[in-house]
Amino acid sequence: MHIDKDLVAASATPLVLAILAESESYGYAILKRVRTLSGGELEWTDGMLYPLLHRLLRLGYVTTEWRTPPEGRRRKYYAITDDGRAALAEQQHQWVAVTSALNVLWSGSSEMLTAAGEA
Amino acid sequence: MEGVESQIAAWREYVVGSPAVNGRDVDELEDHLRQQIADLTEAGLTPDEGFLIAVKRMGNLDALSREFALEHSGRLWKQLVLAGDEETARAASGWFEAFAFAAAAAVVIQIARLAAGFPDEDPTWFARNLSLLVLPFLAAYFARQRHLDIRRWILAATPFVLAAFLVNLYPYDTDSDTEILVALSLPVALWFACAYPFMGGTVRSHERRMDFVRFTGEWFIYYVLIALGGGLLMGLTAGVLGPAGVDVDRVAQWVLPSGAAGAVVVAAWLVESKQRVVENMAPVLTMLFTPLFAVMLACATVIYAVTGLGGAFDRELLSVLDALLVVVLALVLYGMSAREPSPSPGWMDRIQLVAVVSALVLDLMVLGAMIARIGDLGFTPNRTAALGLNFVLLVNLAGAAWLSGRFLTGRSRFHRLEHWQTTYLPVFALWAATVVVVFPPLFGFA
Repeated sequence: MHIDKDLVAASATPLVLAILAESESYGYAILKRVRTLSGGELEWTDGMLYPLLHRLLRLGYVTTEWRTPPEGRRRKYYAITDDGRAALAEQQHQWVAVTSALNVLWSGSSEMLTAAGEA
Repeated sequence: MEGVESQIAAWREYVVGSPAVNGRDVDELEDHLRQQIADLTEAGLTPDEGFLIAVKRMGNLDALSREFALEHSGRLWKQLVLAGDEETARAASGWFEAFAFAAAAAVVIQIARLAAGFPDEDPTWFARNLSLLVLPFLAAYFARQRHLDIRRWILAATPFVLAAFLVNLYPYDTDSDTEILVALSLPVALWFACAYPFMGGTVRSHERRMDFVRFTGEWFIYYVLIALGGGLLMGLTAGVLGPAGVDVDRVAQWVLPSGAAGAVVVAAWLVESKQRVVENMAPVLTMLFTPLFAVMLACATVIYAVTGLGGAFDRELLSVLDALLVVVLALVLYGMSAREPSPSPGWMDRIQLVAVVSALVLDLMVLGAMIARIGDLGFTPNRTAALGLNFVLLVNLAGAAWLSGRFLTGRSRFHRLEHWQTTYLPVFALWAATVVVVFPPLFGFA
């Protein structure tokens, strides 16, 4: 299955914010988490995550810090802020509204889809 | 591993070459690349193979730097990078278009000058229409550059057409004050009208509005540079040709108006295409002058408050102070647009707050003096216009002071401050338009 580009772009912000709401993290780990969560269905171009993170930083939704873990390279960690949590809650409302509307329609027509699939 | 290291170094060098991506960003991307390679090598691939896959996953570098450019519109003049190769080709042919529009402006102003008989005669319609003879060419240049569609062309042209009718159909009295106010406010209103084609019709975008602020600052710098060069050229020409019996004044009559009009478009073109030159210079100039203005303003405020001159501003001092406040606001606004987006406040932010607060206090004193004047002598067009301008400035400065205070104490983000200024921009445009449209009928064209 190929997920539409616009949908990938629209879901990127809530996904990143939700992952950071669990715990602070860094770019590569966020991407790995997105891959696991979506079972590899959500294909992100790796580099695109960083401009997105910088936008969230400018909007004040995340803070960032360079840190060197005990063993390993210096790495830039991101953590969610209160503003970020508020934005995430807002996004959550919107997505729930959209998916529940679609669910109502699709639970009624699921037989049709199956029928069409069998025909 | 040797091979991979040199490959990563080459990759890094390539990414650094993109002007929108700075060193810290590349560190972050490189870290990502290395982790990806490490994971892939662990899964059984050779480092070389891992490098290839990791780079592929990172994505097309042009697309990536475009994304960075969109986000960090402060780092450079994005339009050049945004459209990639196609744009580079256009930048090369862009000079022709810019010079065509500049030449058109130069010719039109010359025809108007001959019709007006300037400088032997000085009819007021010439002064009133000056900006209408030049700025439409700037707007049209942007409209062409941004490939506006027909609907947007019409929308972009509307303010100019309306202004042309209004300004010329109003029956001004002789020696009319409102006419002078119109001549002063119309350029400001029309400059904002140029913002519409400049932003490619996306007036709601706060980032593009900030781009317009940045453009205005850089355009001003280029214009001053061109004017200095032009002045030097004229002076030397006079020195060389004067003794040879050439009437230098007549030459200047021809060259000066056309040069000044054409330079408006040429400066805009320079800002757009030679971005990187000014990019280094403009923030330095702001860094240099913001502290100096802050000190001067703070001293002036203290002196006026202590010596009690605050109640007795006279007319000339009032206009000087108004000009000063506008310059300070422009400096602060421009400094803000050139600020490297960092979440924590720096010393420049503190200095800006000093400048803003001093300007606010000064503005309050000016307003007080003005209201006293109006109470004594009644409303005139000039006093009302000055009062309105000061009030518009006061609201802006108060908002800016409040938000930057909150930002410095860590209770708010810089983004809010930026947002306040970009939201406020249309108010300046509206005020200038009000003076042009409403004032003459309101005061009976006096």
